[in-house]
Amino acid sequence: MKCKYACGSPEHLVARRQFMGGMVAATGSVVGGLGWLAQPAAARRLRKDQKRVLVVNMAGGLSQLESWDPKPKTTTGGPFRAINTSVPGTQLCELLPYTAKQMHLLSIVRSINTRENDHGKGRHMMETGRRPTPAAQYPKLGAVVAKGLEGQGSSLPGHILVSNGGGGTRNNDAAYLGPKYASITVGGKPPQNSARSGELSKVIDLQRNDFRRRVNSQFQLRRRTAKTDAYTENYEQALQLMEKRDVFDVSKEPAKDHDRYGKHDFGKHCLLARRLLENDVSFVQVTHSNYDTHNENFNFHLEQLGEFDRPFATLVADLEDRGLLDSTLVVVLSEFGRTPKINPRYGRDHWGTAWSICLGGAGIQRGAVIGKTNDQGTAVADREVDHGHLFHTYLQAVGLDSTDTFDVGGRPVPLADPAYTPIEELLV
Amino acid sequence: MSRENQLSADKIDPKASHVATQWKHGRPMISCRFDPTGEYLFGASEDNMIVRWEVATGKKVVMEGHDTWARGIAFSPDGKIVVTSGYDDRLIWWNAREAQPKPIRTVVAHDGWIRTISVSPDGKWLASGANDRLVKLWDLQDGKMVRQFVGHESHVYSTLFHPDGQHLLSGDLKGQVKQWEVSSGKQLKTFDGKALHTYNGGQGVDYGGVRSLSLSSDRKFLACAGLHKATNPLGAVNEPLVMIFDCESGKVVKSLIGTGIKGIAWRAMYHPNGLLVGVSGGSGGGFLVFWKPDQEKEIHKLKLPDTTREMDLHPDGIRVATAHFDGHVRICRMAAKVT
Repeated sequence: MKCKYACGSPEHLVARRQFMGGMVAATGSVVGGLGWLAQPAAARRLRKDQKRVLVVNMAGGLSQLESWDPKPKTTTGGPFRAINTSVPGTQLCELLPYTAKQMHLLSIVRSINTRENDHGKGRHMMETGRRPTPAAQYPKLGAVVAKGLEGQGSSLPGHILVSNGGGGTRNNDAAYLGPKYASITVGGKPPQNSARSGELSKVIDLQRNDFRRRVNSQFQLRRRTAKTDAYTENYEQALQLMEKRDVFDVSKEPAKDHDRYGKHDFGKHCLLARRLLENDVSFVQVTHSNYDTHNENFNFHLEQLGEFDRPFATLVADLEDRGLLDSTLVVVLSEFGRTPKINPRYGRDHWGTAWSICLGGAGIQRGAVIGKTNDQGTAVADREVDHGHLFHTYLQAVGLDSTDTFDVGGRPVPLADPAYTPIEELLV
Repeated sequence: MSRENQLSADKIDPKASHVATQWKHGRPMISCRFDPTGEYLFGASEDNMIVRWEVATGKKVVMEGHDTWARGIAFSPDGKIVVTSGYDDRLIWWNAREAQPKPIRTVVAHDGWIRTISVSPDGKWLASGANDRLVKLWDLQDGKMVRQFVGHESHVYSTLFHPDGQHLLSGDLKGQVKQWEVSSGKQLKTFDGKALHTYNGGQGVDYGGVRSLSLSSDRKFLACAGLHKATNPLGAVNEPLVMIFDCESGKVVKSLIGTGIKGIAWRAMYHPNGLLVGVSGGSGGGFLVFWKPDQEKEIHKLKLPDTTREMDLHPDGIRVATAHFDGHVRICRMAAKVT
C-alpha cells in the first residue's frame, strides 16, 4: 500500500502549518524548526514524557534454548548450563552472565508460537505484527513508532537502523505512512554528505533554503501530492539532520564508554544506540548477526552471545542509570527461535513453534516471565502468544493506543492487527 | 584378541574396510577412545554420560559424573585410570576397569569448555585445552595443576604430547599450532595452519580449527585435521582438510583433501604402517578416509551408515571406532571380512 493521502486532509494541513510555523519562528542556528523547544520548562516536560523504542534484532533466529529459555539436562538442552539471574527463580543460559545481572529490569516472553519457519516471513511478522499478504504492505514497527511518537520534541529522524556501513540512506519500510517515517541506516559516523559544503557560507545556505521554501509553498498551493510532500519533508529532515550530524558520530562518546561497550561493531552500535536514544530519536534498531546456526549451533552461539551479552547489559544498565529506561521500551527479538532437536551437525534449525523474546523498560513489568514451554521446549505449555500480541504490546508500552487508526487517504487503517490484543499482564 | 583381529597391522587393507560391529547407546555420541589395552571402548554422549563398552562382548556400562557434555577422554598408559573432560569446565578421574566406575576426583580446571585432553607417554602428566585459551598441565597422579601455557589467541581445540615426553603440541580455532616445552612452559614453535580457519564477515563468525593432531611414527611429520572451503559456516558448507607439516621446518608439506566429501575431518591419525586414517562427518554424511601422506587425494573412503563425530584406532592397528549422531559407536575392520 503506497502513501496516497488526500492532500486536502485538514489534519494534515494543520500539521504542515505547525511545522512550517516552527520553521518560520526559528531563526539563526535553529534551522530545523521546533524552536519552541528552546523553552526549558516545555523541553523538560516533554523529555520526561518522551517515549522511545530500542530493538535489538538477533538476525537469523536466536536459539531460545541458548538464551532466554534454557533446558539443561534434557534431550534438547544442549551443552550449556542455566545460571541464576537478578530475579529469584528466573534462569538464563550461561552464555548471558552480564544480562542475567540486569534481569530485574527486563522481562521474558517464553511462549511465542508464530507458526512460521521462513526467515523473510518471520521477520516481516515480527516487524509489522502481521502475516505477509500480497494484498497490502504494512509499515514496520519503527515507522509506526516514529509516526505515533512524532512531535515529542526531537528534530531528528524518528526511525533509525544501526548497521555496518550505514551511510544515511533512506529505506522503503514505512508503506502507507510515507517516506518521512521510513528508516535511515547509519553506522556510527555522520551520514554521508551531511556536512555543509565548505564553499557555502551559513548565511548563503540559509538564504538558499529560505528561497526554496517560498517557491515550494507557492507550488504546493495547487500541486500538492504525497510525492511533493515527501520531497519537502526529506529536505527539511535532512537540514535538521545536518544541524545535528554529530549525534550520529559514535566517536564523540568517551573512550571509557567505548571500553565498556567493546571495540567490536556490536559494542559500537549499542553505544551509538544510547547516543541516539539520549537525543530522543523515537526508534532505534541495532542488528546483531548471525544466529542462523544450522551447523555448530553451540560454537556459534558461544561466539555470538559472547559478543552480545556485555554491551547489551551495559546499555540496559546505562539507560536505567540515566533515567531513560522507564521511558524507553527495549526489545530483543528475532524472526523465530531454533529447533529443540539438535541436528547431526550440532546445529539447530528454524523453529517458530515455541520460542522467546526479552523486553523491558517503558510500560513493561520488571522481572516478569510470561508463558512457558514444556520440559523439552518443543511446545508452548502456557499463555501462547504470537507476533500480533507482541506488536500491540510494544505500542501500548510506549503509550500508543494500539487499537487506534491512522488516517490513510481518508481511510482508517489500524496501527496494529485488530485481531489481536496486547499481553496485558506484561504491561505496567 | 580374537583370531580375526590377529592380522598384522602392516597388512591392513583399507579398501576392504567394513563395519564389523555396532553398539547402540541411544543418544547422539560425541567422542570415543579405546583404552590402551584395547579391552574397552569409551564414549561420550549428548546425555552427559560417559559410556564404556567391553570390546569383546559389547557389554555396556554408563558412567555418570559430568554436568554437561564431555568430549575429552584420555588414559594412563596402563589403562587403569581414565580422565574425561567436559563442557562443564571439569576434569574427572575414574577407575577405568571397575565394574561400575565412579568419579574418584573432580577438578574445575578451566573457565570455559574443556575441548581436549592428552596424557604424556610416561603417564606423569595430563594436558588440557579449553575455551579460556589456556593449555594446562596437571599431575595425573594427584590432579594438581603444574603449570599453564599461555599464548593461544582463540579456543584451544586439540592437544598432543610428543612421544619424547618433553614437548606438548596444542592447536586452536584460528589454525595455530603451538609447540611447548613441557618442563618450562616456554613456547618453542608455531605451525601456521590458517587454512584450517575461516572468518566469515557476512555471518560474523570464526569457524574451523585444528580438530586433531597426530605425529608420524618417525616423528618427522605432524598432521592437523579440520576443514576448509567454508563458504557457508552456518550452513555446514565446508570440506575436510588435513594439513601435513614438516616438524623440523614448520612448513606445510602437503594438504590432504577428501574428494566429493562435505564435512569436517574430526580426526586424522597416523597408522603405524604410514597411512593416515581420518574420519569426516557433516552435511555429506560420515566417512572413514584413508590417505597416503604424500598424495593429496585419498586412496579410499568408506561411507558409514550415519554422520560421524570422532574416531580412534584400536591398539591392534586393525580396528577403528567411530562415534555417530545416531547414538551408535561402530567398529570397522580395515581388512577383508572373515568368512
